Amino acid sequence: MASQAPAFPVLRGRHDLASVTDKIAGIVLSHWGRRWWMAVGFFFTLTLGFASAVVYLLTTGIGIWGNNIPVVWAFDIANYIWWIALGMAGTFISAALLIARQGWRTSINRYAETMTVLAVAIAGLFPVLHLGRPWFFYWLFPYPNSLNLYPQWTSSLTWDFFAILAYLIFSIITWYVGLLSDLAVLRDRAQPRFAQVCYGLLALGWRNDARHWQRHQQLSLLLAGLGVPLVFSVHSMVALDLSQGLVPGWHLTIFPPYFVAGAIFSGFGLALVLGIPMRALLGLHDFITERHLNVMGQCLLAAGLVMIYCYTMEYFIAFYSGDEYEIDTLFDRWSGAYAPIYWVMVTCNVVLIQALWFRRVRLSPIALFVIGLAVIIGMWLERLMFIITSLYRTHLVGAWGMYYPTVWDGVFLLGSISLFLLLFLLSVRLLPIVSIVEMRHLAHDRGPRT
Amino acid sequence: MTQPTNRTLDLKQLRARLLDARGPAFWKTLGEVIETAAFREYVQQEFPRYADAAGHAISRRDFMKLMGASMALAGVSACSRPSGEEILPYVNAPAEVVPGKPLFFATADVVSGFASGVLVETREGRPIKVEGNRQHPMSLGATDIYAQAAVLQLWDPGRSQAVTYQAQINTWEAWLAAVASARDEFDRTGGAGLRILTETVTSPTLTQQLGTLLERYPRARWHQYEPVTRDAVYEGAQLAFGEPLETHYHFDKAKVILSLDADFLGAMPGRLKHAREFASGRQVEPRDPQMNRLYAVESTPAITGAAADHRWPLQARQIDAAARQIAAQLGVAALESAAPLAHDAVKALVHDLRQHRGESLVIAGDHQPPTVHALAHAMNERLGNHGNTVTYTEPVVHAPGEQMQSLKQLVQDMSEGHVSTLVILGGNPVYNAPADIPFTEALAKVRHATHLSLYHDETSARTHWHIPATHYLETWSDARAIDGTVTIQQPLIAPLYQNRSAHEVINALTGQVTASGGGEIVRAFWQNRHQIGDFDNFWRRALREGVVPDTALPEKNIAVRRNLASRLPASTPSRSSAIEIIFRPDPTVWDGRYANNAWLQELPKPLTALTWDNAALMSLELARRLELQNEDLVELKLHGRKLRAAVWIAPGHPDDAVTLALGYGRTRGAGPANDAGFNAYRLRRSDAPWSDEGLEIVKTGARYPLAVTQDHHRMQGREDVREATLEEFRRNPSFAHDDPHKNPPFPSLYPAYPYDNYRWGMTVNLNTCIGCKACTIACQAENNIPVVGKQQVQMGREMHWLRVDHYYKGPVDNPETFFQPVPCMHCEHAPCEPVCPVGASIHDEDGLNVQVYNRCVGTRWCSNNCPYKVRRFNWLKYADPSDPHLAALRNPEVTVRSRGVMEKCTYCLQRISVAKIEAEKQGRRVRDGEVRTACQAVCPTNAIAFGDLNDNQAQVGKLKEHPLNYALLAELGTRPRTTYLAKLRNPNPVLDDG
Repeated sequence: MASQAPAFPVLRGRHDLASVTDKIAGIVLSHWGRRWWMAVGFFFTLTLGFASAVVYLLTTGIGIWGNNIPVVWAFDIANYIWWIALGMAGTFISAALLIARQGWRTSINRYAETMTVLAVAIAGLFPVLHLGRPWFFYWLFPYPNSLNLYPQWTSSLTWDFFAILAYLIFSIITWYVGLLSDLAVLRDRAQPRFAQVCYGLLALGWRNDARHWQRHQQLSLLLAGLGVPLVFSVHSMVALDLSQGLVPGWHLTIFPPYFVAGAIFSGFGLALVLGIPMRALLGLHDFITERHLNVMGQCLLAAGLVMIYCYTMEYFIAFYSGDEYEIDTLFDRWSGAYAPIYWVMVTCNVVLIQALWFRRVRLSPIALFVIGLAVIIGMWLERLMFIITSLYRTHLVGAWGMYYPTVWDGVFLLGSISLFLLLFLLSVRLLPIVSIVEMRHLAHDRGPRT
Repeated sequence: MTQPTNRTLDLKQLRARLLDARGPAFWKTLGEVIETAAFREYVQQEFPRYADAAGHAISRRDFMKLMGASMALAGVSACSRPSGEEILPYVNAPAEVVPGKPLFFATADVVSGFASGVLVETREGRPIKVEGNRQHPMSLGATDIYAQAAVLQLWDPGRSQAVTYQAQINTWEAWLAAVASARDEFDRTGGAGLRILTETVTSPTLTQQLGTLLERYPRARWHQYEPVTRDAVYEGAQLAFGEPLETHYHFDKAKVILSLDADFLGAMPGRLKHAREFASGRQVEPRDPQMNRLYAVESTPAITGAAADHRWPLQARQIDAAARQIAAQLGVAALESAAPLAHDAVKALVHDLRQHRGESLVIAGDHQPPTVHALAHAMNERLGNHGNTVTYTEPVVHAPGEQMQSLKQLVQDMSEGHVSTLVILGGNPVYNAPADIPFTEALAKVRHATHLSLYHDETSARTHWHIPATHYLETWSDARAIDGTVTIQQPLIAPLYQNRSAHEVINALTGQVTASGGGEIVRAFWQNRHQIGDFDNFWRRALREGVVPDTALPEKNIAVRRNLASRLPASTPSRSSAIEIIFRPDPTVWDGRYANNAWLQELPKPLTALTWDNAALMSLELARRLELQNEDLVELKLHGRKLRAAVWIAPGHPDDAVTLALGYGRTRGAGPANDAGFNAYRLRRSDAPWSDEGLEIVKTGARYPLAVTQDHHRMQGREDVREATLEEFRRNPSFAHDDPHKNPPFPSLYPAYPYDNYRWGMTVNLNTCIGCKACTIACQAENNIPVVGKQQVQMGREMHWLRVDHYYKGPVDNPETFFQPVPCMHCEHAPCEPVCPVGASIHDEDGLNVQVYNRCVGTRWCSNNCPYKVRRFNWLKYADPSDPHLAALRNPEVTVRSRGVMEKCTYCLQRISVAKIEAEKQGRRVRDGEVRTACQAVCPTNAIAFGDLNDNQAQVGKLKEHPLNYALLAELGTRPRTTYLAKLRNPNPVLDDG
């Protein structure tokens, strides 16, 4: 096996079953350090600010944002699409790569899944908060009521509501099922009684029984089988939130696959942005190796190429259709009032990622981090761009109007980011951020190294 | 309290007693205070008239009066919680009042003295909506924006509510007492120090009252000042005919019209009649298309120029020369002048005018110097228009043409200390007197100044006494329309506060105190006038119809004086390089009197779409030269006076000229509009009230944000407004829907839904729409549409359900202008409906696209998917239910929308329902014309038609068959129920500038 090992192994160093467990469980069970506490304190403060902004929003109305007629959606929906897409990579890594039997995925799938759960949960906030009357969000749900009122099934938003809900439930289940045996490890190793009880309750009585393992395996495969079509459907549904409308710039059949590609693209971007500092700060170099960085860089490039294809098709179809409104919208994106957004987006999503053709770049954590961050920013700008530039100049010239964000738009974007980072920081120290069981599997398969 | 013999009330003790009282006992204690003998005695001494009431001896009549007021105010009190005391239900309802049914009363809305008849809808005693009075010759069923906004003014919580003396709250009785002592002095001196200052008065009763006053005090003087002065109109008539006359125009008889900077559709008295008649000449019959032709020589762009077939922009100072040029060409007289207009254009124009002898019309603007008026009269005579398209009568105003002089005289008297008592009835001269007339300084020298006004404004703050005036909807009065027709104004509600009318104030000056407001005075005047026949019958009929029969003034046959040319002042060549400033009444707040009216403030000004501010309007060329942009703050310097103002570029504005509208820069009494905009009065001189030369513009570097409702005014090659010339239409009658890609029928996957019952539809005639925006504000009044304020307008959140889009075409220095009212299209395939996740946007059985507010959660997907962008969202809590005044104003048949829901035009669903219920009760279908939407009812040009498309006889159905009919954005397959009749222009074929 050693002779066939690639240039960079999936697992590096002298690791056996015990050392893998020690290392990963140690992150949770050892002293957490001042730097971590400071980071948590910082993001907790910002999150409190976010919480007060939410209270202000609920009591005052969404008029605190800059949205207007005609641009009734702006940061709110851009944030939503951005967040739900950021979660995509987790599901893709844990489900699609599992089915494709990509062994390298094991060390990164746990944090990617964690990232998914958190991103989807935060994404779910925005469609509720953006409503004019958020307290009635459940009216999108077909619950029995005395008025015999049902949701309106032709609306993409009704289906989107279910899509988010299904995706959130699915990602929580996948993530939790994967965690079970690791929680049992923590239960067995934790010293304080309180931690023992907590992990014990969460581990649901996992005893390393062979039958447990057999069922766990089956369920994991089943979930992976469900997950692959689900991620595609979720992002297609998100795309239909826009393309169902007759708005120039939205009314395109390419939108569903385009959104799926965009989701994978930004998801890998986030996986890099979270993974690289985590690897450095927690000393996970043995588990997340250059091999992983290289592969993730390749995935990012591949998704980016699909994006470029989608952009090209979008433009081609606008001209091919001959629809004057579509063509005007397209030109306006390139040269109109919001053109800077467009060109920064192109720089981030199209130009910068070309560096990933070079192996040296793919092996450089710093370069990858920068590119990942650029992709995340670029993808947020892309969402903002195709919402605003499509809406601010639609069919009737007399109804055109500019959009300017307010401070509160920024607060909601930064607030949601700080909430995400807070939760991610907490999960790094409260849960095994690399799958213990799968790493042990890997170490076992590889055999002890000399 | 222990000494009942004490002649004055021991206030210290009383105050102490009140201070001791705590909590709910407070009011009870006040009652107890009144119960003390000392208090009763005090009242008897101070207010003999009130002694009875305090002494519990109320007569039956008094009781009925009090009850009447309570009934009228029932709506107001209903907004607060019922009191804890025992209350009784409405067992014997007043006659005619059926809860839930509206009652309409006729009265008149008066702007700058001239009346137009209105019918006011009241609900349970609350006036809530104004409609035009079809029987009134100056309304013909339409109203202008001011009449629509009157109800908001009535209920405006910012109105003055109490008499004040030296800024402290006081009583009417105290003012009466003060007047009583002054009267002794007047009796001695013949009223030497007494001056009355009014705005333009046309009220026969008030004129007579003032006459009586002047008879009694022969040395007293009555002055009139109206900032939107029409002095030049009467001076021009004086010049032409030797007497000041009122000119009346009959546009329905005119085929060729020349406007010399006359905004006869927008700003002149009689505008509603002008608009109706002008539009009647532009209704095109498909079989024999004919249209009148309007040439407009215009300085500041206005809606009249926008309606013109040829518009020639000139600086205001050149209009005089242009009038001379045209008059000379017409052969009126050999006049020497510069020739600001192109020779060919004038030749063609004159030829056209001559071709239409007796069917042409030359009209001079109110703001033009007397010469232009005189020349217009002479041209009309020359063209045989006298008695046809132009008639003359005596003016209805008192002392026409002398207002500016009158104000100067008054201020001189005041400065010299000749004025001891000044009574200002209405108006706001401290704010709006010309800058060279030191009214404010002079006012300080008056011993007793009283100001009667609706608001506690700039003038009220500088007079000793302020008396809150009655709003016309709560007052007895009368007023004349420009043609002389009298309307008796009747109150629809008892005064809300301690308001008094001018009639009461004048009566008090002559020592007659009337008990029942102004009603007795007005009635007595008319009883006196109407000695023959049954007065009650006459009175009731006049009140019911809103018109006193046979009061229109008789036509005068008159000829222009022979040697007119020699009487005209020599044409003064203007310094061509100087920049001029043009003053105009603001299109929405007029001279500033409507500054506190939020509906009018938020109504976009027709050509600029500005709200909440005025601005220094200038051409693009001038702005470029001075390196200015929109919203740049500049300093305007004129003859040593300075004013800062924000710049706004107005296409079609003449170069080297700046227009600044009056009415802004208020400092008191304008509520949210205090300090909004720029006070043009601070630059305006009495001898150059409408345009002045020598303006300097200095860039300050600062910016001043302005709120506009429309950013783009070019159609970008899209066909939002389809248009052609009359010639093109004759050649190709189907030009409006030639393009098969843009016009129905389009295929659909679904079969058409059968609308068996009613099928409501609307047409908007772009050819007759003049862009006056009365529809927008009528819709606001009818449908409880909130205002949002300047900041929200800047953010793009105005709530108007019906907006009037405005487009330019052609060169920026003189573009063609188009207006397009855009209500909800009520699409049969409405894109808003399939995207709503909760089904709040749905179709009803008549094909209306309705919005269920209660179901709306506010996803706003519907607005994204509405290609017409007619949906409006309650981003914040715009409709404040906590204000009882505004609650009383609301139409009870229309839901007040909460924060977070989408709303839009309903085709006035509430009106449709009333008609349907009525028809069903009578077992018939709704007849054509039975349902009139608010926008349709108010339209001065009848541009909006509405009705049942299933009714073969309906007017709207016939208009949908008109070759000009087209659907907006039909290519999207929305099948809109609202369609448009394309715009036509009728340029002179000889000229190619149209």
